[in-house]
Amino acid sequence: MKQFDYVRPATVAEAVAAAAQPGAVYLAAGTNLLDLMKGGVSRPDRLVDVTHLDGLDGIERLADGSLRIGALVSNADLAHDADFAKSYPAVAEALLSGASAQLRNAATVGGNLLQRTRCAYFYDTASRCNKREAGSGCDAREGENRTHAVLGWSESCIATHPSDFCVPLVALDAIVEIEGRNGRREMALDALHRLPGNSPERDSALEPGDLIVAVRLPPAARGFAAHARYLKVRERTSYAFAVVSAAAALRIENGKIAETRLALGGIAAKPWRARVAEDVLMGVTPTADAFQEAAWRALTDAKPSGDNAFKIELARRIVVRALTLAAAGTPARIPALPASPFASTSGAIHV
Amino acid sequence: MNHSISLTVNGARRDFVLDDPRVTLLDLLRERLHLTGTKKGCDRGQCGACTILVDGKRINSCLALAISHDGADILTIEGVARGDQLHPVQAAFIAHDGFQCGFCTPGQIMSAIGMMQEAQAGNDPERIRECLSGNLCRCGAYAGIVDAVLEAQAGIDETNQRRSA
Repeated sequence: MKQFDYVRPATVAEAVAAAAQPGAVYLAAGTNLLDLMKGGVSRPDRLVDVTHLDGLDGIERLADGSLRIGALVSNADLAHDADFAKSYPAVAEALLSGASAQLRNAATVGGNLLQRTRCAYFYDTASRCNKREAGSGCDAREGENRTHAVLGWSESCIATHPSDFCVPLVALDAIVEIEGRNGRREMALDALHRLPGNSPERDSALEPGDLIVAVRLPPAARGFAAHARYLKVRERTSYAFAVVSAAAALRIENGKIAETRLALGGIAAKPWRARVAEDVLMGVTPTADAFQEAAWRALTDAKPSGDNAFKIELARRIVVRALTLAAAGTPARIPALPASPFASTSGAIHV
Repeated sequence: MNHSISLTVNGARRDFVLDDPRVTLLDLLRERLHLTGTKKGCDRGQCGACTILVDGKRINSCLALAISHDGADILTIEGVARGDQLHPVQAAFIAHDGFQCGFCTPGQIMSAIGMMQEAQAGNDPERIRECLSGNLCRCGAYAGIVDAVLEAQAGIDETNQRRSA
C-alpha cells in the first residue's frame, strides 16, 4: 500500500477543505477503499477520516414524512432498524443481501453509494482499464466479460455498479445531501452515478471535496411497504455480488396497480431506474402478462457488451419475478436468505 | 508523523504510537500485541479469519485502520474464555468438531459470538448459515460449525428462560 497522510477533521467544513486537495479521498469504514489500496488500485496521497465527525450517524423521521439517514449509519444498523425495515422493506432486504455480516457492521451508507466497480480488470493493475487509468484502454471489452454491463455502457467502459442498496433507493426516489466547497446542496440519487461515456474514470457527479452527509427518502417512499421486494441472482448462494438484481415496489388499490417503482442492479454503471416499464403498469391488473410486458420494456435498449447476452433475458425474468413477489405482498419477515429468487417468500434453503 | 491512539483490548487499556497510518487492527493485534489468535487469511475482507468484535460488533480487522479506531473496545479470541473456563461457543465447537485444521476457527467463533449478540438468526439453521456466510472454512467443517452454534444458542435460550421463570 502506498504511503499516505492521515487527517482527522473535527468538523464537516474542515473535512471538505481537507478533501478538496488533489490526491485526497474520504475514509469512512474503508471496507472497499482499503481493499483497493492494498491492491494498488487506489493510490491516494491523503485520507480524510470522517468516522469521528458528529451528527452523521442518525436515522430521523422528518416532519413531512421523509426519512433522513446519516451517511455514517452502518448497513447493518439501518437494515435492523425495526421502523426502517417495516417502512422500506425492499431496501432492508437489499442491504441484508449484500456482502457479509462483518462487512455490513462496518460499511456505511455513504460509502455504499460510492463503492467502486468490481470489474476484475479494474482490480488487476496489470490490465488496461479506463476507469482506473484514464485513456489506458479497456481489457474487459475483449476479455472475460460475462457479468458486465448490458445497458448504458460505452466502448471506453463496460463495468457495472455493484451496490444492492442503491437499487431500491433509486426506485424510491432517494435524495443525496452533499456538503461541498460552496455549501450544502442535494441531488437525486439517480443523478449521482454517471454512465461511462468517454470519461469512465469519473464514477459520480461529485466534485473535489464533496461529502455525502445524508440520504433522504421522500414521504411517498413509505407508500410501497405492503408490496415491495428486492431480488438478486448471484453465482453462489450468499456473500456475492449481483449478476442481475431488481427492486420492485407497487401501490395496489382496488385490485389495480396505482403506482409502480422498478429499478435494476448489476446491469449498468449505475442503479438503473426503469421508468418506461413503470408507466406500462399504471392502472392495470397485476397479471403475469402485464409483468412480462413491463420486463420487456425495461430491457428494450439493452445490448450485450461481450459474452453477456444471457443477462438481458435473466434481467427480464428477475423483473417478472420481483414484480410477481411484490404483488403477492411483502413477507412479514425478511427471508432467511434475503433477496433469493429461488426461495419461497417464507424462507430459503441454502444449497 | 507519529499518531497516538489508545484501545481497550480484552478489557485492558493499551496505548500505541503509530509511526505509519497504514497499520490495520489485524496487524496491530498480531505484530504489536502478539495476539496471534486472530488470523490473517486473505487480508482483503473475503474470508473472515480476522473477525474480531469492535465495540461489540463483529468486523473484519484486516479492513480496519487502527488509527481510525482510536478509543475502540476490542474483543479477540484470546479474551473470550474466563480463565480455564471456555466460552460456551468454544466448548460447543469442540463438542461438535466445528473445525479440522483450525485456522478459520478463531474467526468462526468470534463471528458466532457476534451473531448471537445480534440476535437475528436465533435457532434457525438456515439463518445461522446465512449470518455466518462471511466466514469461510476450506476444510468444510460447516455442518459441525452450525451444530456448535445451535447448541450454544440453546444454552443461551435455556439461561434466558430460567431467568424469566
